[in-house]
Amino acid sequence: MNWRRTVAIGRKEFIQVRRDPRSLLIAVLLPLIQILLLGYGARLDADHIPVYVYDQEASQNSQALLKHFQASRYFDVIKVVDNYPALVRAIDADRCKLGVIIPWDFSRRLDDAHRTQVQALVDGTDDNSAQLAVGYAQAVVGAYSDDIQLQWFALKGISQQATQPLSVDYRTWFNEELESKNFIIPGTIALVMALMGALLSSLTIAREWERGTMEQLIATPATATEIMMGKLLPYFVIGLFDAALCTAFAVGWFAVPFRGSLGTLFFTTGLFLVVILGIGYMISVATKSQLGASQYALLVTLLPTSMLSGFAFPIDQMPAPIRAITYVVYSRYYVSALKGIFLAGSGVRDLAPEIAAMAVYAGVIVFFATRAFRKSLR
Amino acid sequence: MVEPPSILVEELVKRFGSFTAVDRVSFRIAGGEIFGLLGPNGSGKSTIIRMLCGLLTPTAGRASVVGFNVAKEPEEVRRHIGYMSQKFSLYDDLRVIENLEFFAGLYGVKGTLFKERIGWALEMAGLKGSEALLTGELAGGWKQRLALGCAVLHRPRVVFLDEPTAGVDPLSRRRFWELIHQMSADGVTVLVTTHYMDEAEYCNRLALIDAGRIVAGGSPSEIKRTAIRGDLLLVECAPLGRGLELIKRQPGVLDAAVFGAALHVVVTAAERARIELAAALASAGVEASRIEPIAPSLEDAFVALTGGHPGGSERAQ
Repeated sequence: MNWRRTVAIGRKEFIQVRRDPRSLLIAVLLPLIQILLLGYGARLDADHIPVYVYDQEASQNSQALLKHFQASRYFDVIKVVDNYPALVRAIDADRCKLGVIIPWDFSRRLDDAHRTQVQALVDGTDDNSAQLAVGYAQAVVGAYSDDIQLQWFALKGISQQATQPLSVDYRTWFNEELESKNFIIPGTIALVMALMGALLSSLTIAREWERGTMEQLIATPATATEIMMGKLLPYFVIGLFDAALCTAFAVGWFAVPFRGSLGTLFFTTGLFLVVILGIGYMISVATKSQLGASQYALLVTLLPTSMLSGFAFPIDQMPAPIRAITYVVYSRYYVSALKGIFLAGSGVRDLAPEIAAMAVYAGVIVFFATRAFRKSLR
Repeated sequence: MVEPPSILVEELVKRFGSFTAVDRVSFRIAGGEIFGLLGPNGSGKSTIIRMLCGLLTPTAGRASVVGFNVAKEPEEVRRHIGYMSQKFSLYDDLRVIENLEFFAGLYGVKGTLFKERIGWALEMAGLKGSEALLTGELAGGWKQRLALGCAVLHRPRVVFLDEPTAGVDPLSRRRFWELIHQMSADGVTVLVTTHYMDEAEYCNRLALIDAGRIVAGGSPSEIKRTAIRGDLLLVECAPLGRGLELIKRQPGVLDAAVFGAALHVVVTAAERARIELAAALASAGVEASRIEPIAPSLEDAFVALTGGHPGGSERAQ
């Protein structure tokens, strides 16, 4: 392999990307859009859940419970209505996700039996949000319940220490706030790499065929390997740049913790890029058309990376056959590595299995990619 | 000692499925020679060039360029040749200088030679001072000279030019041919394909190609002399169609065809036919304004050999 020729091709390819608005968009703007969109949009935890309240009693006690809902960051009490149908309509029209009904005998039962109930109506169309809403509502009501109990014990002159016989003191590691953004955003980098890498590399060879410049290129002494290396080199550099950009955004903008080392991040990203770029390149060689190549490339890179890599949908929770399939999805190893680097501070040694899997993939892809392109017109 | 040929082609065949694009073609070209392949579009000229550049594998026969077998050592061949493909194929989105630097890098031009050769190519193409222009913005003649410059940056011993002047204005074509003659004078072998008759005249030797076969070969004057058995008369008459019908039936007429606004008639003896044709046309009421002997052109030779015009419907002058 001749480095002079490889660098000449790489430089040319880089200039072309720089001058092509479409490629530039894919290389720089798309990663930013992706990370912002997924950072803001793809949160799995719910806060500011809209709530309607039908307060049948309108007493001091019911107002106190309402205040607990209002004080919670998980809920926004939008409106207090005075009839049941209005509440139902609000849920039907998606004006609220949760309806709270405080019965007319709320205070009376509290006084008489020290037990009372409130009803919650939940919009279950999105089961994840519904479960979260119910959980948060229980917590809010539970907190109010504790308040009442404390007041009651205080009235009877019982010491406060006796009120909590047993409680679990738990601690979550790696994602202490249990925020889904910390879980999702590191994986987003895999999505960015897959989309950017596959799209750009799938265009390289096809573009030469479509513009009629391939014939001239084949007639030069540059070998197939030099052409491949030269053409993919700029995208490899752009990929690492994008990874740095996304990491900066994840940490600086979304306040995702970054506990690992940049070295490990770039090393695993480099391995993943070899796989992605190799796949895109082979598709480009096979299809010879830019449009067709980019579509195939998205199909085999972005789709498995978004669905089967564990980026947003935990692999442990998938049914067994699907879980088995994820083992051949190369992106799962990268996503797993990313999460480890960001949240657990994993180093190269901790990620040995993931790195080994990606290295095997990279080796196989490079083997086939170097043989994919023949310097011939037919 | 006889100098080995720069390009040697023996019984070369290329088939695409059942279609034979090149049919047992043989020729040899000496170093420094300008050799032309003349024939209509689709006659197999480009296929021959592509095989010689190692872009297509021959179905049968053998060919070598500067001593390297094109089928077995294509990379060696590519190191010693320059190639300009039929379609303009530089990168439109690269600047003039960037295209030159790209090809210089690919051909391994380095050191002081890098700057020197690029400077030479800019001078040759008349693009000094226009280095920063995007190649796509250049007019046809400049583009084509730049493409030639890119193809010969590494001082190749053989240059292949496939329809290099298609779609270029006559003045630029002329300038282009001056460059080719300069290269030839420096010892570079040039193989060029064309369907322009006037361009074919610039070549040292020609092979006339029709339907994948070589139908005639030699210098332009040899071809013109041998292709036509008899004398050639130019006949201007009105109406042209009736005149042609009439002339074709006359004794002593071997062939007749329309050339532009006149007829070219091949006869056994010019002087006798001149008088006989004038009489025949006059008696049939066809007005002949001019009947005189002319020297045959390459086009006449081509028509005589193949029955068709090399340029197809778009006839060259």
